[in-house]
Amino acid sequence: MSESAENHEEVILSPEEISSGVEELAHQIAGRCADDKVAFVGIYTRGVTLARRVAEALKEQGLHFPVGTLDISLYRDDFDNRGPDLPTLETSDIPFALDDLRVILFDEVIYTGRTIRAALDGLMDYGRPARIELAVLVDRGHREIPIQPDYVARRIGTTRDQYVKVRFREDDRGKEGVFLESPGNAPAA
Amino acid sequence: MSELKPRKDLLDIEGLELPEIEYVLSNAVPFKQLFQRSVKKVPTLRGKTVLNLFYEPSTRTSSSFEVAANRMSADVTNFTVSSSSVVKGESLLDTIETLQAMRSDYIVIRHQAAGVPNIVAKHTGASVINAGDGYHAHPTQALLDAMTFREVYPDCAGRRMVIVGDVLHSRVARSTSTLFHKLGIEVGVLGPGTLIPEGRHDFIRRFRSWDEVFDWKPGAVYLLRVQLERQEGMFFPSIAEYHKMYGLNTGRLARMRQIGAYLMHPGPVNRGVEITDEAMRYERSLIGTQVENGIAVRMAVLHWLKPETDRD
Repeated sequence: MSESAENHEEVILSPEEISSGVEELAHQIAGRCADDKVAFVGIYTRGVTLARRVAEALKEQGLHFPVGTLDISLYRDDFDNRGPDLPTLETSDIPFALDDLRVILFDEVIYTGRTIRAALDGLMDYGRPARIELAVLVDRGHREIPIQPDYVARRIGTTRDQYVKVRFREDDRGKEGVFLESPGNAPAA
Repeated sequence: MSELKPRKDLLDIEGLELPEIEYVLSNAVPFKQLFQRSVKKVPTLRGKTVLNLFYEPSTRTSSSFEVAANRMSADVTNFTVSSSSVVKGESLLDTIETLQAMRSDYIVIRHQAAGVPNIVAKHTGASVINAGDGYHAHPTQALLDAMTFREVYPDCAGRRMVIVGDVLHSRVARSTSTLFHKLGIEVGVLGPGTLIPEGRHDFIRRFRSWDEVFDWKPGAVYLLRVQLERQEGMFFPSIAEYHKMYGLNTGRLARMRQIGAYLMHPGPVNRGVEITDEAMRYERSLIGTQVENGIAVRMAVLHWLKPETDRD
């Protein structure tokens, strides 16, 4: 999506704040999971990057958690309403048995919760984890189904017509930051 | 995300744009990867119906589509000629009207007459997939062939493939050679003179002997099935003669091995005609892979096409 001149864009997290958010998630997870058999599963695209960064941060503390990837396109509930932008599928790669693991799912933003619902269905087709938890960088509210994250770096208030855009340098040609996009001339909330 | 126009039907290869071909072939890879899981099914087409409408016998293609649809959680209805009203004289358009009333989302059709899928597509909002019409086209076969070839030659442009056999009667030869040409793969053909169409495609190189084929060093040899049921016109003297001239025998297999060529065949094979038992066990045979890739490609096609069922 290209930035339109009419849209107002506000920086919510700078690159440094993203780094401390990653540290914060690593800290929360280390405090609760250090004694368990844990694996991370990132949801394409930026959930994967987030999972890798947090895993990297934990490595420095001597905690080694494998990272798998999950494409949830085939599990979405809005397949009928797909627009002209056809999703290119990614290959999910979960190179470990999920059974009896404590799995932490990663996504960059939680909004309606529908993506996570799809991810849970997708994940459970790979096996039966002992437990599944959810870690996100940003919780922007407005849930449509009863799914809540277990680990959150930052909670922000938004309106439904706003859009939270996360950019990671690995996925966005070197750009990094979290932005809140508001439509039209309306000032950001 | 890719900017592709939504497409309702898949009728032939000629009408496809390169980005669409790349889209389907690249999506087929994650679909194939699903087969490694204990749960091979995804819920994408839950509540959707796929109608398999086969006016010509075909076990392989119809079951491949059925497996593909099942793995995407669609409901499948099989409608075959012997059990349908066709034998009672119902016209094609009446049949289409009946199908409309069934509200299928996808219609997979095979018919002995070229162009029938196009007619059906025009009269229904369902997505129509041509599973073979006369001598015209068999686009999903071409796509699975391309997927298979690219798995062994990821940098496929500039590679070579030779099709051996009954090119005249083969919609497979037509669709596959067209697609391979679009992907930059050089295509050659070898077969009885009577079975090689004149001037159909200028880009196709014609060989007169296996020796010429081996000198050209193709990356794959694609054997066509001799369609015994379509030999009423006697295009070649005898099956034994065909085998001697064009069959993949021990000597030719040894030369394939020398140049490292892969073996492909759309199935079902006629052992002792175009292929020998020994060649069936060739270590570079991709025949089994073609079957597996057929399911993945058909899933990718079902995922790609967009029915206009609200049009009905």
